[in-house]
Amino acid sequence: MAYSDKVLDHYQNPRNVGSLDKDDPNVGTGVVGAPECGDVMKLQIQVDNDGKISDAKFKTYGCGSAIASSSLATEWLKGATVDSAAEIKNTQIVEELSLPPVKIHCSVLAEDAIKAAIDDWRAKNGTAKDDAAPPANESKTGESKTGQTTS
Amino acid sequence: MKTPIYLDYSATTPCDPRVVERMLPFFTDTFGNAASRSHAFGWTAEAAVDEARKQVAQLIGAHPKEILWTSGSTEANNLAIKGAAEMYAKKGNHIITTATEHKAVVDTVKHLETQGHRVTWLPVDGKGHIDLQELEAAITDETILVTLMTANNETGLVHPIAKIGEICKRKGTLFHTDATQAPGRIELDVEAQNVDLMSISAHKMYGPKGIGALYVRRRNPRVRLTAQIDGGGHERGMRSGTLNVTGIVGMGQAARLAREEMATEIPKLAALRDRLEQRVLAALPDAVINGDPASRLPTLTNISFPYVEGESLIMGVKELAVSSGSACTSASLEPSYVLKALGLNDELAHSSIRFSLGRFSTEEEVDFAADRIVAEVTRLREMSPLWEMVQEGVDLSKVKWTVH
Ligand SMILES: Cc1ncc(COP(=O)(O)O)c(C=O)c1O
Ligand code: FES
Repeated sequence: MAYSDKVLDHYQNPRNVGSLDKDDPNVGTGVVGAPECGDVMKLQIQVDNDGKISDAKFKTYGCGSAIASSSLATEWLKGATVDSAAEIKNTQIVEELSLPPVKIHCSVLAEDAIKAAIDDWRAKNGTAKDDAAPPANESKTGESKTGQTTS
Repeated sequence: MKTPIYLDYSATTPCDPRVVERMLPFFTDTFGNAASRSHAFGWTAEAAVDEARKQVAQLIGAHPKEILWTSGSTEANNLAIKGAAEMYAKKGNHIITTATEHKAVVDTVKHLETQGHRVTWLPVDGKGHIDLQELEAAITDETILVTLMTANNETGLVHPIAKIGEICKRKGTLFHTDATQAPGRIELDVEAQNVDLMSISAHKMYGPKGIGALYVRRRNPRVRLTAQIDGGGHERGMRSGTLNVTGIVGMGQAARLAREEMATEIPKLAALRDRLEQRVLAALPDAVINGDPASRLPTLTNISFPYVEGESLIMGVKELAVSSGSACTSASLEPSYVLKALGLNDELAHSSIRFSLGRFSTEEEVDFAADRIVAEVTRLREMSPLWEMVQEGVDLSKVKWTVH
């Protein structure tokens, strides 16, 4: 499989790999995907007092396109407001990274992870969801915090 | 040292220069049709084919008349299985095999299944072994063929061919083995191992692609096959078509070299393989060796790397030409059906890499490969949320994932 230069760049030099303190009230954490599907993405945002994302981190188990999608997502998140971050669409990631059709779901995963992280932050901060566009994939990402829960 | 480093000898091997040298005149000077009986061009070609037949026969302990040329193992498997099924249709319609065979056997048998043949798919254990008692119990008066590979192409697992052959002989059923991965790597002897039909292919033993052979036992019992390709009646009527003399000559030379050099090559390659494996395991103790280390090809190791995903790993070690059994199920590639049959969970099946060494592998290459794999797995683990959870003491099997 041929990868675009941008995918290769993010894969080789991923931006913002790491973790934020998931118990910090200003941090929102989203974990999406499953090991048996071959992809798990964890994305975290740190939000300052005026609703701006001051830091973003990711860790991804998945193919090179999934790593690149999440790396790119953290770049876009940093400095954005929570409301504008909620507007990020997977199609923008596909376009920026020139992902082929079989890799579109890697970008969907990144969008889901962003939404899950925002939902988590909102839940912690009691911010009413309806002051922004509702997450497109709520049903899929509703379990955003379950990455760490056991059943 | 040139990169990429070739560690995929189980996929195919380069031609040995001594093979190419032997083949060259047959393209231009001695180009005759081995079936031409009326002039020297034909006689020369026929003599060369006879010589190659002898060389291939010697490698597997057969008589030259028992060697039938095909285009490779895929065709040899098709001819053996479909040819026997058709020939012995009056005796019965039951075939026994396993799910871990190469697709050239699995899909051929499945084809017969759709035509009304009854097939027993023997289960395998976690290493890939069948249960010999189960095999014996499965054989009935209706059974016309047992087809089980000599060595598995993904894990390198070597089946106890001689024991399987003995069971089949005692129970009076034919035994076919796809030995494509075996020549030059393990001893083959169709007499001692009681094999009735054996498929081999030149391009896995330093010969050219597009030429292979099917061993067909001539006596005790005499095995007969219904031809799958009709025409001029070449190869005792079992496989028509003008012989690929150049390829045949190359395969003969490759067989001769394999036989002569096996004794020195096997220990050398086993040592290199072990070196690779030990270097990787020393740095990554939770890596998992797939298959059975006590019974496998000396040239191959198949390793799973937990907490990293296979496709990204392959992408990170582009200086290495290795095979990966896997990629995310959501993409077009499915995880290896062989590893799944061994009961590997998807996560491990997703992260397996097959390293297969060969005649031209060096210590330097093996060390470089091991170091690259270790470095890349380590880098990807630092990026892996699964690795992080495991470090935090989370039991991944208990996590409620958002399956999408
Ligand atoms: C076990 C096994 N059987 C059959 C084949 C097919 O052989 P060929 O490429 O000669 O058709 C291969 C090679 O891919 C193999 O490894
Ligand atoms: S994560 Fe599944 S193909 Fe990219």
